[in-house]
Amino acid sequence: MSATMTPASNDRIARRFAALKAEGRGALVTYTTAGDPDAARALEILRGLPAAGADVIEVGMPFSDPMADGPTVQAAAIRALAAGMTLKGTLDTIAAFREGDTDTPVVLMGYYNPIYIYGAEAFARDAAAAGVDGVLIVDLPPEEADEMIGALRAHGLSLIMLTTPTTDETRLDEILRYASGFLYHVSITGITGSASAENEAVDSMIRMIRSRTDLPVVVGFGIKTPEQARAFAGMADGAVVGSAIVSRIAADEDPLGFVKELANAVRGR
Amino acid sequence: METRHNTYRNGPDDRGRFGQYGGRFVAETLMPLILDLERAWNEARNDPAYIRELNGYLSTYVGRPSPLTFAARLTEELGGAKIYLKREDLNHTGSHKVNNTMGQILLARRMGKTRIIAETGAGQHGVATATVCALFGMQCVVYMGATDIARQAPNVLRMKLLGAEVRPVTSGAGTLKDAMNEAMRDWVTNIADTYYLIGTAAGPHPYPVMVRELQTVIGNETKAQIQEVEGRLPDTVIACIGGGSNAIGMFHPFLDDPEVTLIGVEAAGEGLDRRHAASMAGGTPGVLHGNRTYLLQNWDGQITEAFSISAGLDYPGVGPEHAWLNDTGRVTYVPITDSEALDGFQLLTRTEGILPALESSHAIAHAAKIAPGLPADHLLVINVSGRGDKDIESVARALSARSEETAG
Repeated sequence: MSATMTPASNDRIARRFAALKAEGRGALVTYTTAGDPDAARALEILRGLPAAGADVIEVGMPFSDPMADGPTVQAAAIRALAAGMTLKGTLDTIAAFREGDTDTPVVLMGYYNPIYIYGAEAFARDAAAAGVDGVLIVDLPPEEADEMIGALRAHGLSLIMLTTPTTDETRLDEILRYASGFLYHVSITGITGSASAENEAVDSMIRMIRSRTDLPVVVGFGIKTPEQARAFAGMADGAVVGSAIVSRIAADEDPLGFVKELANAVRGR
Repeated sequence: METRHNTYRNGPDDRGRFGQYGGRFVAETLMPLILDLERAWNEARNDPAYIRELNGYLSTYVGRPSPLTFAARLTEELGGAKIYLKREDLNHTGSHKVNNTMGQILLARRMGKTRIIAETGAGQHGVATATVCALFGMQCVVYMGATDIARQAPNVLRMKLLGAEVRPVTSGAGTLKDAMNEAMRDWVTNIADTYYLIGTAAGPHPYPVMVRELQTVIGNETKAQIQEVEGRLPDTVIACIGGGSNAIGMFHPFLDDPEVTLIGVEAAGEGLDRRHAASMAGGTPGVLHGNRTYLLQNWDGQITEAFSISAGLDYPGVGPEHAWLNDTGRVTYVPITDSEALDGFQLLTRTEGILPALESSHAIAHAAKIAPGLPADHLLVINVSGRGDKDIESVARALSARSEETAG
C-alpha cells in the first residue's frame, strides 16, 4: 500500500509550494504536538487546520527530552505523553487525518530516539502508509543522517533539513545532500518560542540559501504574531508558527481561530 | 570499530563512534560549534604549551598526583584481596571532576570564550566548574535539577560563594538529565561567547574522548604508583559509573593489559526490579544528549527517570565508550544498590577514616563483596572518585530511615 502512495505523497509538498508560488504568496506552516492535550482533541484540531488556512501541517512527535524546544512545546510533549500518546499513536493520528484530507502536506517533527527504537525502516514504511510526506528530526544532522535517509527515500518520504544562523555555504552544501521537500530555516540561535529574529538577518540567509538550491525555504522559531507570519512568509516560501498556537491549545483559547488570523495575514487580508 | 592491532584504545573513529555508540546527534545550530570544538581540542592536545599549562595547574593548584593509599584496616576487615585506594577525594574541590574542568577551561580560554555553562547532578562538577571559573575570572552558570539542589545544599552554597549562578531546573524529575537538557538549550541560544563544559565522558563527540583524555591522569598515575609499591599491575580495578568519567579515566590506561580485571559499578538504586540508575544492567541502546549509548527508556523510546541515593549517578544514560566496552566484554559492569552503597560508605569511613562520596561508595561496596573471596596477593584498586562531606545529610537521613524500618 505504501508503494502505491509513494509518488502521490512525494508530490504533495511540491504541489502545494508550486500552487502557492502561482498565487504569489508564502505558506502558513502550523506546528502542533500529536496527542496534545489528548489524542481526540489533537485530531480535532488537526482536522480543522486546513480549513482554518494552514498550508503545510507540522505535527510534533512527543519526546520526553525535547532539547531544542522551549517551555511551551516541552509542556505540550509532557501533556501528550501523560495522555498516552506514542509514536505509533502519532502515525495513527495522521492516518485518521488523511481520511478527510488528501492534499495538505504533513510533516512529522521530533527527536531521533523514538524513531530509532521504532526502527528506521519500520517507521518510514508506517509513516508513508499513514500519509506522512516528510520527516524533520531535530537531532539528526547530516553527520548522522545516513541512518535514516535510505529508508525515507525508499518510501518516498522527504527528509526536511534545518538551516540555522550558524550555517555557512560549505555547511549548506552538506545539508543539501540530504534535504528534500523543503528547507526549514531556524531564524534564531535558540529554542522554539524564543525572541524573534531580525528581518534583515533572515533575509540575507534566505538569499544565500536560494543561491544554492531551488528547494522551498520556510522560516521558523520565534514567529508569534500574524504580522510576523506575514513578514517572514513573504520573505521566504513560508513561515512556521508553533509555540503561539500550542500555548492557545494549552489555554483552550480557540487555536483554530488564531490560525485563521495567521492565514489571513499571510494572504494579505 | 574493529580492534586494530588488538587494542581497545583506538576509539573513537573520526565520526566519534565507539562501535555503534557515540556520534554527534545534535541540532544543526550546534553542529558548527561541535566541529569547531573538535578542531580546537585536537590542536590543544597536540600543543606542548597547552599540556605544560595544564600539568602546571594540576600539580600546583589541584594537588596532583593524588596518592595511592594502601587500605590496611579495610584489607584486614575484609580478609582477602590487598586493597589500594586511588585518592581522587584529595583533589582540590574534593573529586576527580576538577581534572576535566581544568583541562576544558584552559581550552575555552584558548578559544576566546568568556562565559561557561555546565550541568551538575551531585554538585561536584558544578563546584569544580565554578572553582576554575573563579580562578580565571570567567562568568559561570550552572544548571542543576531542583531535586538535586534540595539534597546537595552544601555544594549549592559552595558554587554560589565561588561566584557561579545556580539555575534550578524544574522540568522532568529535576535531576541531572533535566539539567543537561537545559544547559543544551542555553548553549544553542548563546553560541558566540559560551563554552559548554560537560562534566562527564558523554554527550556529542568530541566530549566523550576529550573528557576521557583529561581523566586518564587517574589511571596513568595509578599504573605508575602500583608499579612502584608492588612492582606489578593490579589484578582488579573498580570504579563507579554514572556518566562514567572517573571510571573511563581509571580504566583506559589498563584496557590493553588483559591481566587486569576492570569492573564498573552502576547505581542499582532500590534494586534492578524497582527504581534504579543502571543503564547497562537495565537499559537498552538509544540516542540522547548527542550520543548513542545505553539508556533507561520505555518501549516507545521515551527516556525514563533514573533513581539513586547518589545524585552524581542519577542519570539514565552512560558514556558511549562504556557502552562499547560493555558489549566487547573488556569491562564488567555490575549493579550496587543504595543500601549496599550506604554500607560501603560506613565501612570505609570506619576502617580508614575516609568519608567517600556516595558515588564512590558504590565502588567500595562492590569491593567489599568480592575481596573476601580473593587471595591475599590479589591486588585490588578502588577509585575513590570523591569525598563524602557533601553527602553526610543524605547518609544521615538514609540511616535513620533504615533504623526506623528495622525497629518497625
